[in-house]
Amino acid sequence: MTLTPILTDTWDAERSWKLSTYEAAGGYDGLRAALAMEPGAVVQAVKDSGLRGRGGAGFPTGMKWGFLPPPDGGPRYLVVNADESEPGTCKDIPLMLTSPQHLIEGVIITSYAIGCHHAFIYVRGEVLHVYRRLLAAVEEAYAAGYLGKDVLGTGYDLEVTVHAGAGAYICGEETALLDSLEGLRGQPRLKPPFPAVAGLYARPTVVNNVESIASVPGIIKNGADWFAAMGTEKSQGHGLFSLSGHVQRPGQYEAPLGVTLRELLDLAGGMREGHELKFWTPGGSSTPIFTADQLDTPLDYESVGAAGSMLGTRALQIFDETVCVVRAVSRWTDFYAHESCGKCTPCREGTYWMKQVLHRLETGEGTDGDMDLLLDLCDNILGRAFCALGDGATSPVTSSIKLFRDEYQAHVDGHGCPFDPSAAALFLYTPKSARTPALAGAGGHR
Amino acid sequence: MTADPMVVGPGAAKPTRTGYDKRLDQGTLAQLIADAQAITDRYPDPRSGLLPMLHLVQSVDGYVSRDGILFCAERLGITAAEVSAVATFYTQYKRHPNGKYTVGVCTNTLCAVMGGDAIFDELADHLGVGHDETTDDGAITLERVECNAACDYAPVVMVNWEFFDNQTPASATALADRLRAGEDVAPTRGAASVCSFKQMSRVLAGFSDGRADEDTGTGDPTLAGLRIARERGWTAPDAAAAPAEEAAPVAQTAPKTGEAGSSAARKPTTPSDTQPEGKPGTPEAKPDAGKGGQS
Repeated sequence: MTLTPILTDTWDAERSWKLSTYEAAGGYDGLRAALAMEPGAVVQAVKDSGLRGRGGAGFPTGMKWGFLPPPDGGPRYLVVNADESEPGTCKDIPLMLTSPQHLIEGVIITSYAIGCHHAFIYVRGEVLHVYRRLLAAVEEAYAAGYLGKDVLGTGYDLEVTVHAGAGAYICGEETALLDSLEGLRGQPRLKPPFPAVAGLYARPTVVNNVESIASVPGIIKNGADWFAAMGTEKSQGHGLFSLSGHVQRPGQYEAPLGVTLRELLDLAGGMREGHELKFWTPGGSSTPIFTADQLDTPLDYESVGAAGSMLGTRALQIFDETVCVVRAVSRWTDFYAHESCGKCTPCREGTYWMKQVLHRLETGEGTDGDMDLLLDLCDNILGRAFCALGDGATSPVTSSIKLFRDEYQAHVDGHGCPFDPSAAALFLYTPKSARTPALAGAGGHR
Repeated sequence: MTADPMVVGPGAAKPTRTGYDKRLDQGTLAQLIADAQAITDRYPDPRSGLLPMLHLVQSVDGYVSRDGILFCAERLGITAAEVSAVATFYTQYKRHPNGKYTVGVCTNTLCAVMGGDAIFDELADHLGVGHDETTDDGAITLERVECNAACDYAPVVMVNWEFFDNQTPASATALADRLRAGEDVAPTRGAASVCSFKQMSRVLAGFSDGRADEDTGTGDPTLAGLRIARERGWTAPDAAAAPAEEAAPVAQTAPKTGEAGSSAARKPTTPSDTQPEGKPGTPEAKPDAGKGGQS
């Protein structure tokens, strides 16, 4: 296995974020190639490449574009989901900070392909310098004639608006994102109709993740076969694998889909000195956790699915044996309870009650029935929530009880957490005795 | 939609009655109205400008004030209740005056266990404030923040939403002390110095401050994989190469899965997932069926 620097290839360049740097590395060749093609041929090339959504669900990107109804003379929109917020996920933010023109070129090609004349990039509001870089990247693209009226003299017009959110994980859900972009509370919509039919302003809309769109220029420039030659049979192409946690060299590793954690860990220098892998997430906190048993599972959509989890966003959060799984899951559950939009009862109430039960387990007030109570709560959320946030909230709970039920029981039997939280930290410190880790998280968000 | 007769449409010439007309001088108010117009002009529907407009009023008041809510309502021709409903949904909109700097400690799972909890506790003791509370000098509002997409730099602290990577309790308290002393502070990845909450809010409203080319360096984790590829001479496949030629290195990435029929077998066939078996409305076609956060 070798790494395949494609999106990351210019990240070590001087002033990597500038248009001139991107052009010097062959940037915008893909756009020129696309503009010489029929829009339908661009869509077909992306279908042929096998590119699947890099934002987590893995839906085939070209097929998503193909769902748009035939042109009716009215507007059609591309909305880029740059609301990267899934715990563990940290790929789109460095991409946009370091090399935003990858995304801008992809936006132009995609807009051309689907007949869009006004595209939006919805970036989370909590990344100030990323927003600055995106605004500047769009300005540079306008000045160079890649955006605006008559793009590169072809007669094609495109406006791009970069829109900052204001702090809400749920806006990564595509229909909640659209409501938010319309100036409303970010709450998911009933589907159908899907955005392809009635999206932004009830018009046909494509919503794609940053990395998906940024992968498009390479496909057009180098060909669908080039892209499809990387990866596995059904999970083709390259992807950013983000290693974080107790590894020697955390960071971004761009590799063909199908790489294994064992291979990536080897490149990352292994686990932190003197420690061993306990559990990890393959694709963010919403994907069921794995253990060392899955070190050799190919990280492609099918293999991860067959092993009982989801590839998600390739957010590989690595935890060693010092980490209490109950504490980890409790904190993720705090997150879901905080970010639940409140629209549907199973998620709003279910995450709230899971949080209460996990807090009492952590503080030693749990009972023998609490693990079954948690599983029962999950059973009442999974498949019953309005959107995938509720489903995601159950993943860490059910998977951790399945794998580490004894550790939950130890919290009940020992009336508290058997772990020393300072052992998991990267620095030496003495935990403040007045606060347990659980209470530190309790009520943190009002 | 406009029950209140004082509410007028976007761009209306009538004097405002939001409270800003009494508090702000004529020039400032005129600029604010012009900025609000510039925001709504970006969108096919002016209502889409509400989120940036709320950032804009935070750049004036340091939080979403009552006057700010009325201003947005007036500019967009909607009710104050409709604006409030939005303002209270998003955590970046502050409902009471914010400090000059928001210091946010990530206490989501990964950062928390790697030291974020200890950093928050130390800062809370050091500053004498808790979550969403502001120091008496008005310098710092302390917050717990959720995952900020910098997990490879854990534990992470954000100051006015600039990245301070790989923090410790000692580095975070030193940072807080410098902020309170009025010193310029540079993030580990971002602009050359951290701006104020109000200045930040103006940028988030979509008004460039001309600082995009400032840079404090690309961090090691961002370049971790690329550096290995450079050392070992690994590159992307040659565009001219036929797929068959590229099959060999790809195949090397295929360890045993123990799963019969796994895609790891990498049969050189046309991908079935590009076949249009999924139609909108069917479960397999639900684009975000896999997870909660991203589509």
